Amino acid sequence: MRYFSLSKAFMAILSRDLLLALRRRSEVVNPLLFFVIVVTLFPLAISPSQAVLQTLAPGIIWVAALLSTLLSLERMFRSDFEDGSLEQLLLSPCPPTVVVLAKVLAHWLVSGLPLLLIAPLLGVFLALPTAAIPTLLFTLALGTPVLSLVGAIGVALTVGLRRGGALLSLLVLPLYLPVLIFAANAVAASADGLAVTGQLYFLGGLLLLSCSLAPLAAAAALKISIH
Amino acid sequence: MLRTIDLGCERGDRILFSGLNLQLNAGEILQIHGANGCGKTTLLRTLCGLTRPATGKIFWQDLDIRDDESTFSEDVIHIGHHDGIKHELSAAENLHFALALSATTPEFDVTQALAHFGLTAQTHLPAYVLSAGQRRRVALSRLLLNNARLWVLDEPFTALDKDSIGVMEDMLHQHASKGGCVVITSHHSIPLAPDIHRELQLGT
Repeated sequence: MRYFSLSKAFMAILSRDLLLALRRRSEVVNPLLFFVIVVTLFPLAISPSQAVLQTLAPGIIWVAALLSTLLSLERMFRSDFEDGSLEQLLLSPCPPTVVVLAKVLAHWLVSGLPLLLIAPLLGVFLALPTAAIPTLLFTLALGTPVLSLVGAIGVALTVGLRRGGALLSLLVLPLYLPVLIFAANAVAASADGLAVTGQLYFLGGLLLLSCSLAPLAAAAALKISIH
Repeated sequence: MLRTIDLGCERGDRILFSGLNLQLNAGEILQIHGANGCGKTTLLRTLCGLTRPATGKIFWQDLDIRDDESTFSEDVIHIGHHDGIKHELSAAENLHFALALSATTPEFDVTQALAHFGLTAQTHLPAYVLSAGQRRRVALSRLLLNNARLWVLDEPFTALDKDSIGVMEDMLHQHASKGGCVVITSHHSIPLAPDIHRELQLGT
């Protein structure tokens, strides 16, 4: 007999999900390309003038990040639900909250982190002042994990439904509003040379809150969904 | 070891069965019979704790499985209609993952478990190139990588060839002789000694 190791199970789920992402590259690349394309649509549709773009840039980048996250959310539990792996995960001695945390982390590494890496380039493209770029990165670093965590609750609730996609966006987007407001506001304020510590603290608070509560909620929702 | 009291299950608003009192002792194999849609799968899912029963209670070693989820989850293994196999991963990768999530040190390792089911040549092939029967065998190999005492098997013989059916039947015998319990649904008649073979007819 050996004791069940939580960290080993966590790492096993995390590395399995990363390996799966590596083997289904298109699912990973599509939301990222979507992010880039949505951002590039704005200068074409509104105006290429730097003054206009500069004021819109924080909002555009953050709305595009939200939509691109939404596009990749379903991947978190859908295929596991369909092929029966989710049942196996929930029947295993590993607590469901740990399963959720590992899968959320894998989701963020695969779809949140790439947004972070490509956002500075898009910031420059939208004429965002260089001074605001570090703030943009900070808000994305604090905000995108919240998107993955809160999204996990939505996916866990809708994964048992045959066409849960539209419901998922209706459920999750309103919950993303606080992140959107504080993040876009912080980037806009720093572009104007104002202090942004307040907004960043709020985002940090949201991250801690969702880190501690979302896994519990998502785990409970998953149990209902596989019922 | 496994006991149910007044167990009842519903699917949607339909009552599938109610008032089911079961007692399964160590070393016994319970085969559940019944027409399609009579609730065999629901009963199995309820017994392993995936679905909440509408009424009644389930006890594993005299403890309610709802009260003691973590101990029970180390003691039960469920192989359902879906194989729980990731198509992008190889047979060995799938089993290594299953092993990482179990709490015990089994007698078999991944290579031996696959060899037991005659899948040595398929060890490193991605599961999407395997046939349905081969994937089923990979899923059933998980039974060897686990020391769970309660096996809950939903139609394990589906898609298996003659040889694998033999292997699976031997595994059932061995598990029972080691004092394990099996709850199984199958339309296939399993050759078992009458003293360990219990049968339940659902939907009458």
